[in-house]
Formats: sequence, C-alpha cells, structure tokens
Amino acid sequence: MSGHSNYEPKTGFERWLDVRLPIVRLAYDSVVDFPTPKNLNYWWTFGGILAFCLGIQIVTGVILAMHYVPHVDYAFASVERIMRDVNYGWLVRYMHANGASMFFVAVYVHIFRGLYYGSYKAPREVLWILGCVIYLLMMATAFMGYVLPWGQMSFHGAVVITNLFGALPVVGPSITTWLWGGFAVDDPTLNRFFSLHYLLPFMIAGVVILHIWALHVPGNNNPTGVNVKSKADTVPFHPYYTVKDGFAIAVFMLMFASFVFFNPNALGDAVNYVPANPLVTPAHIVPEWYFLPFYAILRAVPNKLAGVLGMFGAIAMLFVLPWLDTSKVRSMRYRPTAKLYFFIFVATCLVLGFCGGRLPDDHVIPKLTTFTLLDADLNSMVWLSRIAATYYFAYFLLILPILGLTETPLPQPESISEPVLSHSANAPAGAAASPEKRG
Amino acid sequence: MADTVVGANPDPHAAGEDPNRRDFIHIAATVAAVGAVGGLAWPFIDQMNPAGDTLALASVEFDLTKVETGQQVTIKWRGKPLFIRRRTGKEIAEAIKGDTADLRDKQTDESRHKPGKAEWLILVGTCTHLGCVPTFGGGDYGGWFCPCHGSVYDTSGRIRKGPAPKNLEVPEYTFLSDTKVKVG
Repeated sequence: MSGHSNYEPKTGFERWLDVRLPIVRLAYDSVVDFPTPKNLNYWWTFGGILAFCLGIQIVTGVILAMHYVPHVDYAFASVERIMRDVNYGWLVRYMHANGASMFFVAVYVHIFRGLYYGSYKAPREVLWILGCVIYLLMMATAFMGYVLPWGQMSFHGAVVITNLFGALPVVGPSITTWLWGGFAVDDPTLNRFFSLHYLLPFMIAGVVILHIWALHVPGNNNPTGVNVKSKADTVPFHPYYTVKDGFAIAVFMLMFASFVFFNPNALGDAVNYVPANPLVTPAHIVPEWYFLPFYAILRAVPNKLAGVLGMFGAIAMLFVLPWLDTSKVRSMRYRPTAKLYFFIFVATCLVLGFCGGRLPDDHVIPKLTTFTLLDADLNSMVWLSRIAATYYFAYFLLILPILGLTETPLPQPESISEPVLSHSANAPAGAAASPEKRG
Repeated sequence: MADTVVGANPDPHAAGEDPNRRDFIHIAATVAAVGAVGGLAWPFIDQMNPAGDTLALASVEFDLTKVETGQQVTIKWRGKPLFIRRRTGKEIAEAIKGDTADLRDKQTDESRHKPGKAEWLILVGTCTHLGCVPTFGGGDYGGWFCPCHGSVYDTSGRIRKGPAPKNLEVPEYTFLSDTKVKVG
C-alpha cells in the first residue's frame, strides 16, 4: 500500500500467485515488513485488541443467530433457550454480551490515546475520521443488539432512542414511524434491528480495512508525535509488534475471561431479564455503561430538540477535531498545559458516565441540602451533568483552538531515536540489531 | 461538463455548438440513470414504513364500568399504552385550576375531555419526550411522572415540568353509550 515492496516470493507457487493475485505481497507489506516507529508503547496495542474484539463478536454473533428467533413472542424465550438448552450456548452468549463491553473498553482507550498523542492531526485526518465512523457504527450495532433479547431494558431503550429522531422538526414523526414500521416499537422493529445488527459488523470490517489503509499511508503516529525521519526510527512490524500486540491481547483476554466466567452479568442490567412489557416502563431506565456519558448530556438539557442535538453534537466534536486543535505539536508530552486540560477532560467523561447512570434528581453529595437553581436542585445530577457537559464542549470548541495559539510547548526531540541515542551509554554498538533475522 | 466533452469531441460538425449532440446524449443518459436509481430506491426505503396489516389496526372498545373513581386502567392500543382514568373531584378541580397557570403547551382542561364528561380522561400513555410510560401519582402536580427523564404532568395530562415539549396526547374517541367508549 505504501508503494515500495520488499516481498520476494520464495516458492514456485508464491511466484505463480504473485503475478496473478499479489495477496501474499499485500499481507507481507502490511503486517510483516511494515516499518513501524520503534517507540510505540502499550497504548498502541489497542488497535490489535480491537481487531480481536471484532473477530470475537462476529464469530459468536453468527453462532447466536443460528439459535435466536427475531419475533416479539419468541425472542426472549429463544435467548433463554440459548442459555439453558443449547450446548455451550451460555458461553457463546456471555462472550457476545461481555464482548460488546470489552469492545467499547478497548475503543475508548484507543480514542483517548489518539486524543493525547495528537493522532488526529495532519496527515492523519482521514484515518481519524474513519475511526469515528467505526465508532458510530459500533454504537448503532451495540444498540440494536441490545434490543434483540426483548427484555424490559431492550424494549424501552429502543423506544427512547428511536424517539430521539422524533425531536427533529417537521420530518421527525415520519422518521420514527419509518424506523418502527408501525406506530410503536413492535415486531417489525425487532425484525429489522436483527437484520441490521447482522449487517453492520461487516460494514465495520469494511471500514476497518479503510482505516488500516489510511494508517499505512502516513504510517503510525508515536508517543513523541515526531515524524519518522529515517530507517533508524523504525522496526519491522513483525516480529516486534506482532509479539507486543499478541501479548497485550493475551492480557486483555484475561480480563475478558474473568468477566465471562466469574461475573458475566456485572456489566448488564438485571431488569433486562424481565420480558418486555410495552405498558410499563422500568422505574429506572438506563442504557449500557458505554452510552452513559451521552445519555447524561441528553438529560442535562431541558429542551427535547436541544438535548438530542447536544448528544449527537458530542460525537460530532470528534469528527471535526482535526480542524479545532490549532497546535502544531502532536504529542501532549510536550504540551504541559494541554495535558492538564486533557486529564480534566478524561475525568469529565467519567463524571458524565456517573451522572448518566443515576436518576436526574439524585443528590451528588448525600444529605446536603442546597437551593434550587432555575429548574433543578443545585446538588443534583442534572447540574453536575450540565457543568460536565459544558466542559466537554469547551474542551473542543474553546480550549484546544485557543491553547494551540497561546501555550508554549516544551522542546520536541529532533527524531524518535535522538532522546535515546544521545545518551551514548544507552546505545551499545550492534546490540540487538536485528533479532527478527535468524542466523 | 460541457467544456470537457466539447474539448474531447473530434467531430468538427459538433464542435462549437453548446450543448452539442454528444452532450445531449450524456445528459439524457445521466438523467435516465439517476431517475432509475431514484425510482428503484424508493421501494427499498418505503418497505420499512408500516405495512398494510399494521395500518389496518382495529379501534378498541372499552367498558367503563370496570373503572372506579380514582382508578386508572391501562390498555394497549396501536402498540401503545392507553390511560383510561376516572378522575376524582379533587383531580378535576386541580386540573381546572391549572388552566390559568403558565403552561408550556396551552390547553384548557375542558378541551381535553368530552363535554360533560370531566370525570373521564383518556390519554395516550407515552411521554411526549422520548416515549416512556409515565406513572400516575408521582411529581409535584398530582398527575403523572415519567421515570425516564423526569417529566411531570398534571391531572389533566398537561406538561408542567421536565424535558417533554407537549401535553399527553388525547386520542380520537367517542362515547358509544354512558358506559362504553370506542377509541380510534
């Protein structure tokens, strides 16, 4: 993909294939010989972890679809049948349900890594936007998948999310009716959600290919944010990063397995084990944990349309981020002020997630009575969400644009190798020169 | 588009005219292709709209003698909950008192029930915010409270507080007799 290729077909068959379909060459150039900055830390292993997650979700999902029945009368029972009667059905379903959470854990780490090290800046804007597209597709897929078991949270979650589109002026009601295929969330809705839930992961896989393609044009960013200057700054992807990614995936699998085998329902909501009842909404309706920050933004705004726009706007910020951040310095290692604001931003996202999981009128500090400001108690989740949501938007719309012009960054190294090689003690001649080459 | 085609056209008879015959063929072919794709796209989009059997939803009849004063019965109508509430004198008085309040979606209580039937309030039981089912008895106005995002409705089903923009919808219905209503 990056032009020059060092692939040399070794066998007669490889030579024969190479002039007809150079697929081995493509694989060699992309994952074996690909020059990769030699200073990538463990935050860079999450790309590989995410590919692993997508694979797990597709394999387990295809299996579940063999046993699941997308009908309002049978969906819930068919999921329970998978849990009780289908051989290893419990394992496959728990892997799929927890796999969704693991997927989001990994994608959030991956996104925050990109934010911290400036991986969205030129020339990686398209790479970044493709990543945002994948994230959007993941959210759509996760939402529709959550509806399929047809429990109380499934049903009422679907009602709330589809009603978001009803907030649009003029066309809103027609769009919701179109999404539902009726006048409420019902059997047609469940059927189409199943169809799309099966489709979207393959679309994600397609965009992942574009994402990797766009990665391989400029090559990886790295913790210094400094461009690769020479061959001395890189190592081949294999074995250095295949092994590093492989190790990270193994550690990640430990966490994944600990949920699947020891606490499979910790990340889900018990109310979803109650079959859907369109006549009664659960007393406390919450989305899955990975949507909570956006849910908090939705609830923070007292106007329906503005709330919906705020929620989608929060995601839209990511898409336009490459043009909001005015700093020429990529990595926040060399931006001490920006680094501070970044960590406040991470905390803000966690606070929003916390607010989204609580009732709007819950007290932030228990037993503390304050006064009512405008429409809500000052010591309530509503006001905490508003403060946090304000910072969320300010980070993108005010802090990053202004900071890039006003701050004084620390000096950046000349090259990736320079900070290491400048200390002569750290560069023993010829040590570990090319362990990937045997003999 | 015309420029590039004219430039590329080796036919001396056609050159100079704008648009020439070859442009016309290109434009006509493009229009036909776009029209065909658009025409074909519509069935693929419209198939997701409510199907014939979904549209042919029957109306429901309900026997009001089942409901005591101060009670509410919830039935399913067009896939949504329908509240049939027999209001107490206190609830009606509070609803009338609310007519003069600062309402987000201005409606008198009188316009939300049938003439002379103030006792009977029939509402579509979905919150006008995001469609959850409000519960009766919560909130500060003696009416409904939506557990999802905290919208509060009064005893006439009017929005008083929270994010919902509109009052609870009053469906089309008629009294067939004193004890029977037909909704839809």
